[in-house]
Amino acid sequence: MMEKRIRVLVAKPGLDGHDRGAKVVARALRDAGFEVIYTGLRQTPEQIAEAALQEDVNVVAMSILSGAHPHLFPKVVELVHEKGMKDVLIVGGGVIPESDIPALKKAGIAEVFTPGTSTGDIVDFIKAHVK
Amino acid sequence: MSTEKEKIQAELTQYNASAEKAIARFPERPNLPEQRLYTPLDIEKNDYADDIGFPGVYPYTRGVQPTMYRGRFWTMRMYAGFSTAEESNKRYRYLIESGASGLSCAFDLPTQIGYDSDDSISEGEVGKVGVAIDSLADMEILFDKIDLGKVSTSMTINAPASVLLAMYIAVAEKQGVTAEQLKGTIQNDILKEYAARGTYIFPPRPSMRLITNIFEYCSKNVPKWNTISISGYHIREAGSTAAQEIAFTISDGIAYVEAAIKAGLDVDAFAGRLSFFWNAHNNLLEEVAKFRASRRIWAKVMKERFNAKKPKSMMLRFHTQTAGSMLTAQQPNNNIVRVALQTAAAVMGGTQSLHTNSRDEALALPTEQSVMVALRTQQIVAYESGLADVIDPLAGSYYVESMTDKIEAEAWDYIKKIDEIGGAVAAIEKGYIQKEIQDSAYKWQMDVESNAKIIVGVNKFQVKEKPVEGLLRVDSSVGEKQKQKLADMKAKRNNDAVAKALAELETACKDENENLMPYILDAVRTYATLGEICGVMRKVFGEYEAHTNL
Repeated sequence: MMEKRIRVLVAKPGLDGHDRGAKVVARALRDAGFEVIYTGLRQTPEQIAEAALQEDVNVVAMSILSGAHPHLFPKVVELVHEKGMKDVLIVGGGVIPESDIPALKKAGIAEVFTPGTSTGDIVDFIKAHVK
Repeated sequence: MSTEKEKIQAELTQYNASAEKAIARFPERPNLPEQRLYTPLDIEKNDYADDIGFPGVYPYTRGVQPTMYRGRFWTMRMYAGFSTAEESNKRYRYLIESGASGLSCAFDLPTQIGYDSDDSISEGEVGKVGVAIDSLADMEILFDKIDLGKVSTSMTINAPASVLLAMYIAVAEKQGVTAEQLKGTIQNDILKEYAARGTYIFPPRPSMRLITNIFEYCSKNVPKWNTISISGYHIREAGSTAAQEIAFTISDGIAYVEAAIKAGLDVDAFAGRLSFFWNAHNNLLEEVAKFRASRRIWAKVMKERFNAKKPKSMMLRFHTQTAGSMLTAQQPNNNIVRVALQTAAAVMGGTQSLHTNSRDEALALPTEQSVMVALRTQQIVAYESGLADVIDPLAGSYYVESMTDKIEAEAWDYIKKIDEIGGAVAAIEKGYIQKEIQDSAYKWQMDVESNAKIIVGVNKFQVKEKPVEGLLRVDSSVGEKQKQKLADMKAKRNNDAVAKALAELETACKDENENLMPYILDAVRTYATLGEICGVMRKVFGEYEAHTNL
């Protein structure tokens, strides 16, 4: 029997329009054999949590380049958990200063991928940590 | 002549044989472009008078002005803005005191998408990537003690460009400066927002109407204003190649010109105020060729396709920004060198103005110190390098001329393809342009990951690094401050006047023959907010919905 494929929601929370990274990561995850759903731009945390529930994903991967991550990343975690999806692996990436990372991890972001990360590292991380 | 050619051909054959022998012993590095050497044979089809010519003369390959930087340097224009209008005003005055010759305003995302700071969707974003502007009151603070009769100001604003331009005109009025005197640029390029940058509001049709309304209004009232900055910058940042950058952007330009002509404007009445915005990427010589090719293509488009008569209508004038996407978070000081080389490309390519990125921008907004290094980079290139002493110094290089021809040919192929699809609007609606950009972005990333492309400090010459300290932090209380200011302003203004102006704007929006600029200006003067004005337009025009295919 084939193993169930990992389902990933790639999401752009907030108003930031820079989605080169999100799209490249989405495609790399798909090429790595995951099932990938991309939300498109300008999603509220509520929309992302709802999409995660509807699509029954294992992973939510968010990208923000605007600096709104301290507010938006934790908000998504909170709403995803509120919907009862405690096992969903939530990761983030973007232009994020090193000093912001501990607080994001404390808020439930499993890993933060900063500029220069290879897509291979993201694939490996997800494979190793997805529940 | 042909004996000369035969001689070169014979020597080239000999050279190639010896090169092959050398390669047998010393293999070449992998992933290089195929051709290793350029000779007169590569540019023999090139006609000097027709294809290259002289600066200030059609097709402007060598530059748009006869004397270029021998008269004055390009405008050193540093893109800046964050937090509140008060904070950004301080940064602008600091830049002017440091020798910056023009301002360039960065607005926060809620402003760029037409939301006020107190809108729930703005939460977490207020003042982050630029300054928050809710009403004329913020704009008055932003330009406090800055003489708008003297400075030239570029505003990175697209979907609500009409509103921000109206606010600028209104602030100038209060300073006693007339609209005729104002110099500057609004980006106002909605097509690349759909294709690459993402800060769209309305669907294409009403967006194109707003843009042509601005062209018309400015041609009569703000004659020195650059009414649009048709931007390849963000297309390149999103991952396109050099040829795609200029091809997709010129196709956007064609769509704007067509829309304006369709709206009844005479091409020579507005085309001279169109400007462009290019990226200065890492490959220096390819970039110089790209800038040169773009001028030649636009000149031909305007003359042959649109029958422009005035030379100004055929000149591609452009702003340049160094490539943000090429900055690395690793070993950030290396970025200073990258930016210096990109600056050299922009200057040898004949840019009219330039923003240089700061070394720390892969990590956060830049600090004052790193902005200073970036500005000094331009000043060193201008005053010390000699690159600005002669015009178009790389002309005649077998390689650069040949590359200019090659990029031009590649761009024309794309432009023709987009024409066949039905123009830039149709190509964007069908997702063609987005897909081409995405494919190039993915290829770039895969090349980096397979080490086919080397980025120093990222996939070669890495070191263990400590986190960078002293990054700029935008005070998180800015959102609350801005909300309070907005509430205070609303309590003081004449709300009846606001309601009346907004109602008139709504009526005008429904009549396609009305130019909306005067209505927006009236609304702005009553201190109607950006969100209120865009709200009226959202109600009439609806909102654009993107369909993204991976």
